[in-house]
Amino acid sequence: MEIFWYIIIAIVLAMFFILDGYDFGAGIIHLFFAKKEKDKEVIAKSAGLFWDSNEVWLVTAGGMLFMAFPTFYASVFSGFYLPLIIVLWLIIFRAIGLEFRSQFKYQMWKDIWDTSFGVSSLLLALFFGIALGNIVRGVNLGSVTNGVSAHEGLYFFLPLWNSSFSPLAEHPGVIDWFTIIIGFISVITLAIHGANWIILKTNSTINNKLKSVIFKLNIILTILTVFSLFVWQIVNPNSLDNFSNKPYLIIFPIVYFIGLIGLFFIKKIKKDSHAFVLSSLLIVGGITSTLASLFPIILPSINNTHEHLTIYNTSASEYGLSVALTWGIIGFILLFIYIIIQKRLLAGKIDHMDYGH
Amino acid sequence: MEDMIFYDRLQFAFTITFHYIFPQLTMGLSLMIVYFKWKYLRTKLEKYNNAAKFFMKIFAINFTMGVVTGIPMEFQFGTNWSKFSELTGGIIGQTLAMEGMFSFFLESSFLALFIFGEKLMGQKLHFLTGFLVFLGSWASGWFILATNAWMQHPVGYEILDNGKFVLENFSALFTNPWLLPAFLHNQFASIVTSAFVVASIGAFYILRNKQTEYGKLFLKTGIVFGLISSILVAFPTGDWNAKNVATYQPAAFAAMEGIFETEEAGAEIVLIGQPNMVEKKLDNKIAVPNILSFLTHQDWNKQIPGMDQFEENELPDNIPALYYSYHIMVGLGTIFIGVMVIALFFLWRKKLYTLKPLLWVIMLLVPFPYIANLTGWYTTELGRQPYLVYGLLKTSEGISPTVSSGNTLFTLLGFVALYMLLGLLFLVLVGKTINEGPKHQTH
Ligand code: HDD
Ligand code: HEM
Ligand code: HEM
Repeated sequence: MEIFWYIIIAIVLAMFFILDGYDFGAGIIHLFFAKKEKDKEVIAKSAGLFWDSNEVWLVTAGGMLFMAFPTFYASVFSGFYLPLIIVLWLIIFRAIGLEFRSQFKYQMWKDIWDTSFGVSSLLLALFFGIALGNIVRGVNLGSVTNGVSAHEGLYFFLPLWNSSFSPLAEHPGVIDWFTIIIGFISVITLAIHGANWIILKTNSTINNKLKSVIFKLNIILTILTVFSLFVWQIVNPNSLDNFSNKPYLIIFPIVYFIGLIGLFFIKKIKKDSHAFVLSSLLIVGGITSTLASLFPIILPSINNTHEHLTIYNTSASEYGLSVALTWGIIGFILLFIYIIIQKRLLAGKIDHMDYGH
Repeated sequence: MEDMIFYDRLQFAFTITFHYIFPQLTMGLSLMIVYFKWKYLRTKLEKYNNAAKFFMKIFAINFTMGVVTGIPMEFQFGTNWSKFSELTGGIIGQTLAMEGMFSFFLESSFLALFIFGEKLMGQKLHFLTGFLVFLGSWASGWFILATNAWMQHPVGYEILDNGKFVLENFSALFTNPWLLPAFLHNQFASIVTSAFVVASIGAFYILRNKQTEYGKLFLKTGIVFGLISSILVAFPTGDWNAKNVATYQPAAFAAMEGIFETEEAGAEIVLIGQPNMVEKKLDNKIAVPNILSFLTHQDWNKQIPGMDQFEENELPDNIPALYYSYHIMVGLGTIFIGVMVIALFFLWRKKLYTLKPLLWVIMLLVPFPYIANLTGWYTTELGRQPYLVYGLLKTSEGISPTVSSGNTLFTLLGFVALYMLLGLLFLVLVGKTINEGPKHQTH
């Protein structure tokens, strides 16, 4: 039952990163490449129409984590207190940037909210990557110093950074050189994904240019991916054990590399939606490979005093998980119906949509 | 410990207060938009459709605020109340996750369609999408109140040796006797808010002598909705809630009614008076004997336990705030009914649209339903103290063990600054929309 919920939550999270990922990416592209007002407007709109329903995936993933793995939720949310609250603030700035930019026609007003949307999208993408990096690296559960715990073994508290910025320190911070690398990978992945979305949904004048941007970003991404695999070995020497013990898990990295390689052919791809699928594969592959390498651990402990948090020692009762599975299935069926209706009615390019039209 | 918890409580109270300003309008207004749209389908009069679209614009701004302030609420259970989350997540996580699954997805999927899709799908489907948005927002109220009801009156649980609450009976969460009365009362109260907003905009248009056709429509609709919902809020639902509190949280009941001493021959109802916590009595009291006993138990002489019957550490920790919150809510509720009855009378005599003083009153009354709703929640939440889960888990046992008060104060200050900005933007944008009015539609 724990495994079921682990998979469901992984799917919901992956959906969040695919869906909200494109509007984070659109924000990054908007920040760096959109120069003409017309382009800025349609890009903002391509994200603005959907950010709200996309963010519900995050809210639901949060709710499900809370329900299925309450101990994990409690530990991680209080342990990463500061970065999480900062993420909340960024989410707010991004949303109001998107919603409020076209409320007034003044250039200055638009510039403020464009920046708010772009910068917070960029920082959020970075923070999400950093978060993933933290999970991979593990934390000092129980805040152990020289073998003495400061509190119960499932709690911890991370500062934003410590002066060494090293992932190998006894008390690492949220930001260190390892997590920053993962952060960059996340920014670039989402930028590629967002660019694909813009090409798919709008007639912006930079669509052609974006294809070569994607190509260049993909080169950087390949280099960073290879590099991160090496440093990962330094931070966590056992990181590949799961793959050698259970070879079928290799499917997840393969998904990632299909996306990565496929995107090198971006200029040859005829249908825009195919490119979008490829960058979705990147995201899904990246997240699932990381989870698969840790399984069944969900938060490694970097000291020897306290054991890792796993899906088994953090889960709710068997009964709770099984009733939730029942309503969960009903909920997903309903959800797919909504999605189909929504996608059919709002299919195609969105340039000309407006209130009441 | 005490000061560690202070900022956590303050931050939660501040952020939930700000959040709840928005959903109450969402839930009430979505119903009224559905009503306008339905009238349009029936009468084919363009003005109803324009009214629906106009309120949709206000709704959209309000909804954005509700969403962005709602996400921090969910996260804060984990960030600031992690011990509470660890112990009770297996139970309240159910209702919170269901809220995402069954209401937020519904609401947000169809909202985009309702706003952008009128031309794409024809009037009947457009009405349907509006209805689904309404359904989603009410479902969200239902699940969040189920969560809260469990904290007020825990049911269907079992406590393990390690202190964890585990779910034993899922359906008990929704048949909780606390839930239905609280839900109905809360939903009618949110209709009160939206009705007052609609009426107030109407009064403004008439007084300004612009868009008066819409002014009259809004005023009339607002008054009818306002009167019905104000009455339903007081009776039967308010009364029903009061009986629940008397049954399940007698200490909270004594404190909110301001009964310091138990009276043998039946309890009086306090209309006015200031709690004096040193002498344990009410100063400047005006009260009517035996009424409270009658209202609560339909028996003039039934005894109701006063605060003297409870241990100090079982009583809510801020009795004056609880007492005032409750009396403000009830007082305002009475005033709302009065004003709406008068307004309906003049509407019926066809004098309302020229009766300036009354129009001014209606226009300026708009903050008060918000105050009534918030003080209603303060009554509930302060009354639950000193417990997080009534009778079982103390508030002081629920906070995050590792988050220092310095960090909480930092984030609290951040929220205050950010929310001030949000509030300002909200007022500017809604003000602009109201100023442009429904006729401003660009076709
Ligand atoms: C427009 C808003 C509004 C108005 C006019 C009233 N209420 Fe209310 N009341 C609420 C808005 C509200 C609320 C915000 O919706 C609450 C908070 C929690 C809940 O479920 O509803 C609430 C809770 C609430 C409770 C529960 C308190 C607790 O749980 O400790 C009681 C006993 C009443 N109300 C009683 C009344 C009575 C007798 C009213 C008579 C006029 C009244 N309310 C008017
Ligand atoms: C249904 C959803 C709600 C839940 C689950 C909930 C839960 C909580 C929790 C966990 C706390 C912190 C611990 C405490 O001090 O008691 C709290 C406190 C508080 N909540 Fe709520 N709350 C809800 C709705 C509301 C609403 C809508 C309001 C007001 C608008 C509100 C007002 C407060 C206040 C004022 C406090 C501080 C109480 C104090 O400091 O003594 N709550 N609530
Ligand atoms: C601690 C208590 C609360 C939590 C954790 C919470 C959580 C949330 C979250 C996460 C959202 C954003 C949903 C989205 O992304 O679409 C939201 C919005 C909403 N909340 Fe709350 N909420 C709380 C209190 C309340 C209360 C007391 C009510 C009403 C009874 C309420 C009603 C709504 C509604 C109707 C929305 C939809 C957005 C809107 O209507 O503006 N919430 N809430």
